[in-house]
Amino acid sequence: MKTFNYHSAKDVKEASKLASSNSAFLAGGMTTIPSMKLGLASYKDIIDIKRIKKLTGIKVSGKTVTIGATTKHSEVASSKDVKKAIPSLAALAEGIGDPQVRNRGTIGGSIANNDPAADYPSACIALNATIHTNNRSIDAEKFFRGMFETCLKSTEVIETIEFSIPEKSSYQKLPNPASRYAIIGVYVAKHKTGINVGVTGAKSCVYNDKDLAGALTKNFSSSAIDSVKISSSGMNSDIHASSDYRANMVKAFAKKAVDAC
Amino acid sequence: MASLVGSRVERKEDKRFLTGKGRYTSDINIANQTYAIFIRSPHARAKIKKIDTSKALKSSGVVEILTGEHIAQDKIGGLIAGWAIRSEDGSEMKCPANPPLAKDSVNFVGDPVAVVFAETLDEARAAAELVKVDYKVLKAVSNLGEAMNSEAIHDGIDKNLCYDWLLGDRQKTKEAFDKADKIIKLDIVNNRLIPNAMEPRACVIDYNTASEEITCYTTSQNPHLSRLIMSAFGGVAPENKLRVVAPDVGGGFGSKINLYNEEIVCSWASKKIERPIKWVAERTESFLTDTHGRDHITHAELAVTNDGKFLGFKNETIANLGAYARVFGTVTPTYLFGPCATGVYIMPAAYSNVKAVYTNTAPVDAYRGAGRPEATYTIERIVDKAAMELGMDPIEIRMKNFPTEFPFKQTLVHQIDSGDYVAGLNKAKEMADYDGFSTRKKESESKGKLRGIGVTSYFEACGIAPSPVVMMLGCGVGLWESAEVRFNPTGQVTVYTGSHSHGQSHQTTFAQIAADELGVPIENIDVVHGDTDKGTFGMGTYGSRSLTVGGIAIVNACKKIVNKGKRIAAKMLEASPDEVDFKNGEFVVAKSNKKKTIGEVAFASYLPGVRDEVKSPLPEGDEPGLIESSFFDPANFSFPAGSHICEVEIDPETGHVKLDKYTAVDDFGTIVNPLIVEGQVHGGLAQGIGQALYENAQYDDSGQLITASYMDYTMPRADDLPDFNLGFTCTKATTNPLGVKGCGEAGTIAATPTVMNAVINALGGKEISLPATAEKVWKACKEMKKTNAEAA
Ligand SMILES: Cc1cc2nc3c(=O)[nH]c(=O)nc-3n(C[C@H](O)[C@H](O)[C@H](O)COP(=O)(O)OP(=O)(O)OC[C@H]3O[C@@H](n4cnc5c(N)ncnc54)[C@H](O)[C@@H]3O)c2cc1C
Repeated sequence: MKTFNYHSAKDVKEASKLASSNSAFLAGGMTTIPSMKLGLASYKDIIDIKRIKKLTGIKVSGKTVTIGATTKHSEVASSKDVKKAIPSLAALAEGIGDPQVRNRGTIGGSIANNDPAADYPSACIALNATIHTNNRSIDAEKFFRGMFETCLKSTEVIETIEFSIPEKSSYQKLPNPASRYAIIGVYVAKHKTGINVGVTGAKSCVYNDKDLAGALTKNFSSSAIDSVKISSSGMNSDIHASSDYRANMVKAFAKKAVDAC
Repeated sequence: MASLVGSRVERKEDKRFLTGKGRYTSDINIANQTYAIFIRSPHARAKIKKIDTSKALKSSGVVEILTGEHIAQDKIGGLIAGWAIRSEDGSEMKCPANPPLAKDSVNFVGDPVAVVFAETLDEARAAAELVKVDYKVLKAVSNLGEAMNSEAIHDGIDKNLCYDWLLGDRQKTKEAFDKADKIIKLDIVNNRLIPNAMEPRACVIDYNTASEEITCYTTSQNPHLSRLIMSAFGGVAPENKLRVVAPDVGGGFGSKINLYNEEIVCSWASKKIERPIKWVAERTESFLTDTHGRDHITHAELAVTNDGKFLGFKNETIANLGAYARVFGTVTPTYLFGPCATGVYIMPAAYSNVKAVYTNTAPVDAYRGAGRPEATYTIERIVDKAAMELGMDPIEIRMKNFPTEFPFKQTLVHQIDSGDYVAGLNKAKEMADYDGFSTRKKESESKGKLRGIGVTSYFEACGIAPSPVVMMLGCGVGLWESAEVRFNPTGQVTVYTGSHSHGQSHQTTFAQIAADELGVPIENIDVVHGDTDKGTFGMGTYGSRSLTVGGIAIVNACKKIVNKGKRIAAKMLEASPDEVDFKNGEFVVAKSNKKKTIGEVAFASYLPGVRDEVKSPLPEGDEPGLIESSFFDPANFSFPAGSHICEVEIDPETGHVKLDKYTAVDDFGTIVNPLIVEGQVHGGLAQGIGQALYENAQYDDSGQLITASYMDYTMPRADDLPDFNLGFTCTKATTNPLGVKGCGEAGTIAATPTVMNAVINALGGKEISLPATAEKVWKACKEMKKTNAEAA
């Protein structure tokens, strides 16, 4: 690991001020630290945001669940409020990595990082999330831009993520057997306003599968999915899963998700 | 005193391991130590044109940078193959030189070319980045199947062929095949595995400038052997000036049998720079440079009669040695593999032909089971295929071909002293509720799932010894084991063993044996291992040999202690030695009912005279003290055997294989500690299941290891495994006084074919290759559905 300057920010303003194109925020560190150790990334400044109280915690209102950016996966997984309002979201958090990762990794870090195989981005898409930063509020559909790419500016700090509580929802994941990230993960959510199918792992970036959502809008049952054609073009392919397998699994796991709703 | 052999004594080592007090190599720090970072080839095959260290040498904190040129100047020798294997035509095997730092060419990604020593680890890393190595990159040979038709990697080794070995009789086998009703054929790839010991390799070297002695703390399964090789072949220092210590070692699985480049280089360099050196592998280095396992391509044929009798067996295998032949590299695919390929069956004729080839990949060597898992996989898969093609039950076909009389002369090499294969399979069948399978299958089907059952019966040859045999087969050393048992004057006992524990719990098992032999409480017995300065000598731990060879040396040394004790007690009790009985730690003269405890006798042995209260004149001809040693060389290998049965449930929509039930029935002869043996079986099963369902080391065409981290190399995890249902049968080994057989590798040997037989059974007999990953299984399910639809 290359040497760097460590800062512990006392508030969001300071964190943002210290940030530059050559810095990273330190939330759980579960992505940043391994990449630095492996020499895949190096930064001049590491800005610790874990001490900023405002960034952590879970709030449930009538229609939404709002989660602070530095809230840990384990906190979301075990939150009674989340379990009651959106049980599938708590279950998603429970399925991330392993206990060590869940006890450090944060929701803000996860979505800021936008790993194509990460779980939370699919929840943001399916649950019509709004990402609130220190200077704006962004719809999830606009937030995730590409592989490891979001619309965040380097000085921008995610403060909270606000999820709409759906009528029904389920997240079903085919874990990579080695890393346990998602080979594919499908998040189906039925809202009063419509149906979303957030798909992660399949392509370079999370997306809302409009074909699946369309079929489910007509008929919310797993059999409705049978007739949907899912093309493998543009799907990821690696030693664990070919693009053809991924395309088929998107369908299989969408069905599982609908059945579990 | 109740016998400890056979009881579930809790592990003595648990306290320190579970409280984080284990002392591993990387826990050792020596004042003024420097830190080593190795510069490794990023290419699978290349010529080294030039190494420029000038800039790096000026980097902050750098003490020294050494390359292959320095190794050559100092005439430091390289790594060696421990077994000389001959080809079928009688020619000797061909091995390339393997210098500890490559000078002219590199042959796998990770091959070390230079080393930096610096004041801190960060400084060593920074300097390493400044070392410029100019390579001429050559086309890598990374595909095993094509290796023999590719350009030779090493000068003078035509077709990349190390040897073309034959065991058995081709003509007799041909005659047997001519008589067959049916010939079953099977092509398999035994997937390459990376051992993944939890503790990465490491070494800490301390050169004493006063005594000129080098102490090498290292992660080794056999420190004496490492010292021998480092001295005799490396020329690093004479053996009396070289001490090798392997303290707590966090798993080896065969990968720590070898002496490695880093230990030679750092030991040699420590003397050169007159500074202690510390090197600890990073996980990526472990993936790239620890010896790998398996990696065979096999074509097998089994000749059968229509009623399921085996007539003959052929095994044609290409085995990958990787870039260089290492200590057990050449024997693993030959004598550890070929003889076991006919399995637990009466096989009238057979041969095994193995071509071992070099490729631009990490060296391949022994990995838990070493050769026997590959052999068992081959025979147990083909036997299942035969059952299927003949429409027979897998248990029935096995029973039909088991030997029922022991000793049993196995087709290719071994004289198996004891066993009862019928009893083992019957017990497994009952414990697994084999007969209830069809009901469970229906239940699975009603949920849209497939269910399969798999059976394996295995035997293995382990307890690797007898020296006369292994040396005849090509081993460069004798594989006996030694022990020394020391009574202190005040009655505690220290047992020195040449075996090495890196997870095997010798501290407990060996203390149990000594406690029984000497009648001393187990708390008063310490077991010392892993230090060439302590005890006699040792050949180390691998091939499930610790108890069957090393443990027996302890028994024999204890017996010598008791014999000497009898003579001393006789003198003290005014009787003749043959009037003295030894029982439960007491020497008793029956006629007078006078007795002395072994502690009293030990005390007396150190005070050989008469003064006040002390009256202990030594018998004539006996020397003071109560210390005995023994070198044990058994008459044969030991032959554990067993039958395993498992059930899998497959989701045809995703291809996910759930291992639902696993029953293992093993015959390890006498079991000294069931708790420890069950642990060994559990771990072995996990590794065997790993090979069947998850693990697969893969290189791309350019020779880059694409599974070089846990993000891509799939280890089995606790939540992948069911509760194991373990049972035991017991036929005692006749070749050692305890009747023990090895247990360390059995799980790994049996589990892979058991699981694959179950998966393939669920798929209605459709062959798939190792490992049965979800995508492969899903594809097979799809094809099955298609075939069924067409048939309907
Ligand atoms: C072994 C392992 C297994 C894993 N398995 C999974 C899995 O199954 N599924 C899954 O989804 N993930 C998995 N992860 C990733 C894990 O969820 C990480 O915690 C997550 O990706 C990053 O969160 P973090 O809090 O650790 O972020 P950090 O590593 O601290 O930061 C990551 C990036 O996010 C930025 N960042 C962090 N917080 C903010 C903020 N508030 N505002 C703006 N930018 C911010 C940082 O600048 C940095 O660039 C795994 C990780 C490991 C190590």
